[in-house]
Amino acid sequence: MTGIEERELSFKAVMSIVYILVFPGLLFLSVSGMLLEYVDRKLYAKLQNRVGPPWFQPFADFVKLISKEDLVPGRDKKIMFRLLPFFALSAIVTSMLYIPVLGIKAAFSFNGDIIVVLYLLSIPTLTFFLAGYSSKSLFSLIGGVRTLTQFFAYEVPLFLTFLSAALLSGSWSISEISAFYSQNSWYWLFNILGFGISMIALLGKLEKVPFDIPEAETEIAGGTFTEYSGKLLAMFRLAIDIEVVVCAALIAAVFLPFGLNLHPALVFVIFIAKVLFIVALLSLLRTVFARLRIDQMVEFCWKYIAPLSFLQLIINIIIQATVV
Amino acid sequence: MDRVVIPIGPQHPALKEPESFRVILEGEKIVGVSLRLGYNHRGIEKACEERTYIQDLYLIERVCGICSHSHSTCFIQAVEQIAGVEVPERALYLRVLVGELERIHSHLLWLGVAGHEIGFDTLFMYSWRDREIVMDILADLTGNRVNYGINTYGGVKRDVPKEMLKKILDAMDVLEERTKYYIQVATEEVTLMKRLSGVGIIKKEDAQALDAVGPVARASGIDRDVRRDDPYAAYDRVSFKVISVDNEDVYGRTLVRVGELMESYSIIRQVIENMPEGPIVTKVPRKIPEGEAFSRYEAPRGEDVHYVKANGTDKPERVKLRAPSLANIKPLLKMLENYNLADLPIIVAAIDPCFSCTDRAIAIENRDRGKKEIMDWKTLRQFSIDWYRRKGIKF
Repeated sequence: MTGIEERELSFKAVMSIVYILVFPGLLFLSVSGMLLEYVDRKLYAKLQNRVGPPWFQPFADFVKLISKEDLVPGRDKKIMFRLLPFFALSAIVTSMLYIPVLGIKAAFSFNGDIIVVLYLLSIPTLTFFLAGYSSKSLFSLIGGVRTLTQFFAYEVPLFLTFLSAALLSGSWSISEISAFYSQNSWYWLFNILGFGISMIALLGKLEKVPFDIPEAETEIAGGTFTEYSGKLLAMFRLAIDIEVVVCAALIAAVFLPFGLNLHPALVFVIFIAKVLFIVALLSLLRTVFARLRIDQMVEFCWKYIAPLSFLQLIINIIIQATVV
Repeated sequence: MDRVVIPIGPQHPALKEPESFRVILEGEKIVGVSLRLGYNHRGIEKACEERTYIQDLYLIERVCGICSHSHSTCFIQAVEQIAGVEVPERALYLRVLVGELERIHSHLLWLGVAGHEIGFDTLFMYSWRDREIVMDILADLTGNRVNYGINTYGGVKRDVPKEMLKKILDAMDVLEERTKYYIQVATEEVTLMKRLSGVGIIKKEDAQALDAVGPVARASGIDRDVRRDDPYAAYDRVSFKVISVDNEDVYGRTLVRVGELMESYSIIRQVIENMPEGPIVTKVPRKIPEGEAFSRYEAPRGEDVHYVKANGTDKPERVKLRAPSLANIKPLLKMLENYNLADLPIIVAAIDPCFSCTDRAIAIENRDRGKKEIMDWKTLRQFSIDWYRRKGIKF
């Protein structure tokens, strides 16, 4: 190995670590996730005619939780209980590496990464179920079962809308999908139905009103997280905050492909604007609805949302066959 | 999933006061509920017998934080009946005024709580913001936000100035506008209707057999309201509609309460228009002559009943009160059968429970002998002294 190659290799290794830990990895995601939580809470408060928290409130909450004692219930399943928050966090942070932030290209990409990202995004939901299952509390158990029931209701429409967008672009890589839509600038209009469906499914994924059934506090206390406290709860909260950023970034990359060929700084600003738009939409939706029951939620998803996502798939297949 | 028993309470986010529901679940479906009352027992009835009538006034007002005026008026009416006091006309009108303002604040509070129970926090924030208008009026009118302390034997303590009446009328216009908006929300918002209609059904026959009172009864088609059927204070001089619907579910109870809000605004306008001038209080002797009386009052939650027995001294011989929530507890257990766990908070909230008011007497199960017994005052006192001694607390 020559010196130049060696230097190149070590440069690559350093860059990988930077990608994973700093940008668009853990540090960037944590900060932006908490800032988005603030935006969401403030907007929600303003829409409800309240004052809302100051900008540092999510950080303060995080620091407070970190400084608290960890209480682990029961005798068995202790290791599981402790590890689950970190599984959730690492799965979410990993998935961000395949989603473009600065322009079209993501930090890493390969053909088929959209499938990997979608599955990585399912892992937190599964950890929520397992967390409820290993908590030894009835409230957690019911919360866990509800999480899983809800998961089966929204996951199929969510996958179908993303995959039909991928189908139209003819690639299974998020970066290439993004590139396709930004080159063929009017094609995103075909996916407008898919954008709506994915927003509704996202409400289910992020467990927000009207789909906050797994953590309905007036019914089952804290739901899955009833028994969690201290650092472990902080990790879960952080994972959920980051999930908002990642999901919003994924939707922005696939469904809102505007202004990706400009100067990188401008692209970043546009990216932030898109994410803020999606978060604002989520806040608005959760302001105007009441929480549904789990049976109503499942019925709604399979009766209306799933058929609509099939319709989106059929539309995209027809367009793919005739136009492209 | 096997049957599981979930403890809802004594401490639970859905309950604002301690009360224990042990819910037997099959999956998400409720197959049985057992209720335990008594976490808030304060021995108010007994304490009333130990104090003078004047002191009782303040004690009775503290039975409930929300319908404090209801309880105090109901008690005072019974005492006035025994003493044979003729209350001045203006005082009767003022009692109606405060009573209706209280009903508005209670129903707006309920609307918010109901919204919160079904995860509709926006409704909660909106209705509690509007409730502040009434709270401010009550504070200006009586000096207090919660326990108004405006009632006294033979009338009321404070008169209301002219400019205050103008302010109340203006506030009624604002609130009427707001309530119309809530009616629109209740009849048009899809998720709200989905969560409320068809939930917690109690048939008219069941409601009648189980003695449901107030909005719960009126939502099951029982047209009953003490204000009209057995008028007290100045209710026979105002005209109003008794709202009753045939929905028999939580949605019906919402419609009844929102409808009653509109009626309350109209009652308040009539009261302010027709209120005569004159004194607001007459003198009542400190010692109430021998006799007994039974008084009814339509509190925001339903019919409130007080019984007073006087023995010629300045202390009552016996005071018995039945808060409306107690009457609605049995219908509540019937309503919960075969619904989802997710519906439990809203069904419980729909009777607008006030558990502190409900806890009057407790039957204590003797675990050693395995039977229920009612303890008398002496044994109960001895029991508590022994209990604290065993814990090492010295008397």
